[in-house]
Amino acid sequence: MLNPQLTQDGRLRHLLTLDGLPKSILAEILDIAAPFTDVAEREVKKLPLLRGKSVFNVFFENSTRTRTTFEIAAKRLSADVINLNVSTSSTSKGETLLDTVDNLCAMGADMFVMRHASSGAPYLLAQHLRATGRDHISVVNAGDGRHAHPTQGLLDMYTIRHYKQDFTRLTVAVVGDVLHSRVARSEIAALTTLGVPEVRVIAPKTLLPTDVERMGVRVFHNMEEGLKGVDVVMMLRLQNERMQGALLPSSQEYFKFYGLTQEKLALAAKDAIVLHPGPMNRGVEIDSAVADGANAVILPQVTFGIAVRMAVMSMLAAGN
Amino acid sequence: MKIHIAKGRVIDPASQLDAEQDLFIADGKIVARGAAPEGFKADKLIDAAGLIVAPGLVDLSARLREPGFEYRATLESEMQAAMAGGITSLACPPDTDPVLDEPGLVEMLCFRAKKLHCAHVYPVAALTTKLEGKRITEMAELVEAGCVAFSQVNTPLVDTQVLMRAMQYAATFGFRVWLQPIDPFLARAGVAHDGEVASRMGLAGIPVEAETIALETYLSLAKLTGVKLHITRISSAAALACIERARAGGLDVTCDVAVHHLHLCDNDIGYFDPQCYVIPPLRSQRDRAALRAGLASGKINAVCSDHTPVDDDGKQMPFAEAEPGMTGLELLLPLTLKWALEEKQPLLQALARVTAASAGIMGITKGGHLGVGARADVCIFNPDAWRKVTRDSLRSQGKNTPFLGLELPGEVRYTLVEGRVMYSAAA
Amino acid sequence: MNLPDANQLRDLLVEQIRAAIKPETLIIGIHSGGAWVAEYLHRQLGVATPLGTLDVAFYRDDYASRGLHKSRKSTIPVDIEGRDVILVDDVLYSGRTTRAALNEIFDYGRPARVDLAVLIDRGGRQLPIAARFCAHVLAAPLPPESKLSLQRDDAGNFSLEVKSA
Repeated sequence: MLNPQLTQDGRLRHLLTLDGLPKSILAEILDIAAPFTDVAEREVKKLPLLRGKSVFNVFFENSTRTRTTFEIAAKRLSADVINLNVSTSSTSKGETLLDTVDNLCAMGADMFVMRHASSGAPYLLAQHLRATGRDHISVVNAGDGRHAHPTQGLLDMYTIRHYKQDFTRLTVAVVGDVLHSRVARSEIAALTTLGVPEVRVIAPKTLLPTDVERMGVRVFHNMEEGLKGVDVVMMLRLQNERMQGALLPSSQEYFKFYGLTQEKLALAAKDAIVLHPGPMNRGVEIDSAVADGANAVILPQVTFGIAVRMAVMSMLAAGN
Repeated sequence: MKIHIAKGRVIDPASQLDAEQDLFIADGKIVARGAAPEGFKADKLIDAAGLIVAPGLVDLSARLREPGFEYRATLESEMQAAMAGGITSLACPPDTDPVLDEPGLVEMLCFRAKKLHCAHVYPVAALTTKLEGKRITEMAELVEAGCVAFSQVNTPLVDTQVLMRAMQYAATFGFRVWLQPIDPFLARAGVAHDGEVASRMGLAGIPVEAETIALETYLSLAKLTGVKLHITRISSAAALACIERARAGGLDVTCDVAVHHLHLCDNDIGYFDPQCYVIPPLRSQRDRAALRAGLASGKINAVCSDHTPVDDDGKQMPFAEAEPGMTGLELLLPLTLKWALEEKQPLLQALARVTAASAGIMGITKGGHLGVGARADVCIFNPDAWRKVTRDSLRSQGKNTPFLGLELPGEVRYTLVEGRVMYSAAA
Repeated sequence: MNLPDANQLRDLLVEQIRAAIKPETLIIGIHSGGAWVAEYLHRQLGVATPLGTLDVAFYRDDYASRGLHKSRKSTIPVDIEGRDVILVDDVLYSGRTTRAALNEIFDYGRPARVDLAVLIDRGGRQLPIAARFCAHVLAAPLPPESKLSLQRDDAGNFSLEVKSA
């Protein structure tokens, strides 16, 4: 089976997931992202790398924040950016995903940035492009179902490397709703690939996927134990609708046992950093004092996110 | 029409026969094996040297998509596929639109099928009206109309009191009840085996317990009611163990497996291949090994195609949004032969699972064997020819199978239904 | 072939440029050979304004065929607006690197004037670009398959090297 996101000589064709991506490519993306970070400080905040290319942000699931960061990244690379919220337009009229894509290809798309509620949807797109001889069009997964959110995983790695340099001496804890989180899956895949010796997940059993240990993590149900001595705390967003089923009794109880407070954070290493993919639910998974505190690197994450997305887009454009 | 099938290796599991013999057919029936009856003058001679002469296959589940889903497949197209696959009898499940829950619908289907003179179609009727699990169907009338069993297919009956009553009523008349073990709550929204693969891919899982919990309920109620119970499409080692425990406790229960579960497991989903989306889901490698061994030992009585043609539009979707199912009529024999080769099972044993055993589960006596007096439903094939599965090679309207592009053993050369050659491969 | 001594060329370049230097002149070297030359010029000429460097990888017009590799940060330490700039490279060839560098410089602001200084001109221009300061011009252009590059040893000595593909 051919790996759909790599070319035959092992370069990046699409970015669909971090799971199974070689360490060398992960490191290359982070390296290439570095010089992009200070484009924002220039007189002209633009590089000509994607000049004349059309990037289609196709969002089958609404997310203004993620879409905006991709839009800024593409525009800084001088691309023409077209935003499509498909959830509100064609699919409600019965058009299939591939119909929509074929239409956009006919409009001259060079790159798709795709968000979809179904795990694996970008693979369908990548396979369709290959089957129809349009391999030159790249796909960037901007989040698919519970499966992957590779650019978020990469920007988290960039942030960790920025503050901690060496991955091989870190203990990292991923806290919260791992079961429903594409961010968690991408983070765990990247952390284990980059050689973090201990990746912990902290959550009640209802929020952990079956056989999660097989992803190479150590499982903790007690947050105090799980945070002991960690260098990096990666919080996950807890969707409000999780309170409606039988997963959790209430947000109050969740905050009491799994919310990140100053007291709990004090158990981590003194210089531990706290990440969160946003948007935060203050008082549910994270206390305001931590979110706004000295250990939080949540805003730098957003800044680095643009550089990382620029790196991914320009590598895809260069590889083709 | 009198036919003489000469020099073939006749394998008839029902009579434990595996020998080079001639077969003589007249008036749609088998009239003699070995020596020709006195005065027999063949209108047609089929030279079967080097070929296997077996009973036409009996498939426990093939969706013909009529009525209601004719854009996916039609009776005509799927009958051609059955012929090309050597299948001469098949049971079709009631999950059509409308649901097969009224005698008129069953009669109509039987009538339409008969007119085509291809495979014998045995409808399985719904156990409850519209498969809703509330009211039992007119079982006795449905049997008179031609049904062989009653089923809920993949719509589990949640109300255990209705289930018990349905079983009691069926047991009153000695009718067969076929049930698919699915706990609707544990399986809710699930699309893949709940294990490492689904967890990594972020696909909602269906735990093995969704199968075993429902199965334990069915087995308990079968013991209580004395119904003739058949468990369809088991997918896990644990389910087989449940059935074995019930048998040890004295319950007479049969079960089958879908042929693709003998060859595939959750790893085969690969990069979200919707062709591998089936109900029940492809489970772990250990489960697959247990199913393969269970079929060899006879703990699993039969294997079926679970033929479910889905058009490209239904499959070219993100995994969880795609339609479940695989096309199978033309793969049942090749995949059964492949399993037999790999597990070193004699052909007699392997063919029993798709002929005599499945005929027994359906309760048909005139088909599934080559005894003198039986219906002359015959499948003549070359077990040593390997053929590549391609979209063009499949006659079924459903091209949905992950086996596309693979070479499989077994080439059907002739299919006879009631003494008529309904299919012959170009030599 | 006989290549000139690069150490002599750099001193020749220093003397060519000296008269054009003002206190506000910004010297910018192109990674990596050009940055070495610029560093030398900057030191020898005692320029007050800090040295700038450019990595033009993001501005090259042929990156789609060469692929994108790890690059260094471009550093323009002062406001470029209205300033005289001397852009320094080691070898002048097609002119594409210079074009990319000019584009990048203008993304930082609008300089008053940009001059190009190179150690050696190997010929083979594909764009209308010429160096104001050039220490040596090869008598005959090098064939395209030859690669001419500048080397620097640990002691800081320069040398030129030709490789044929």
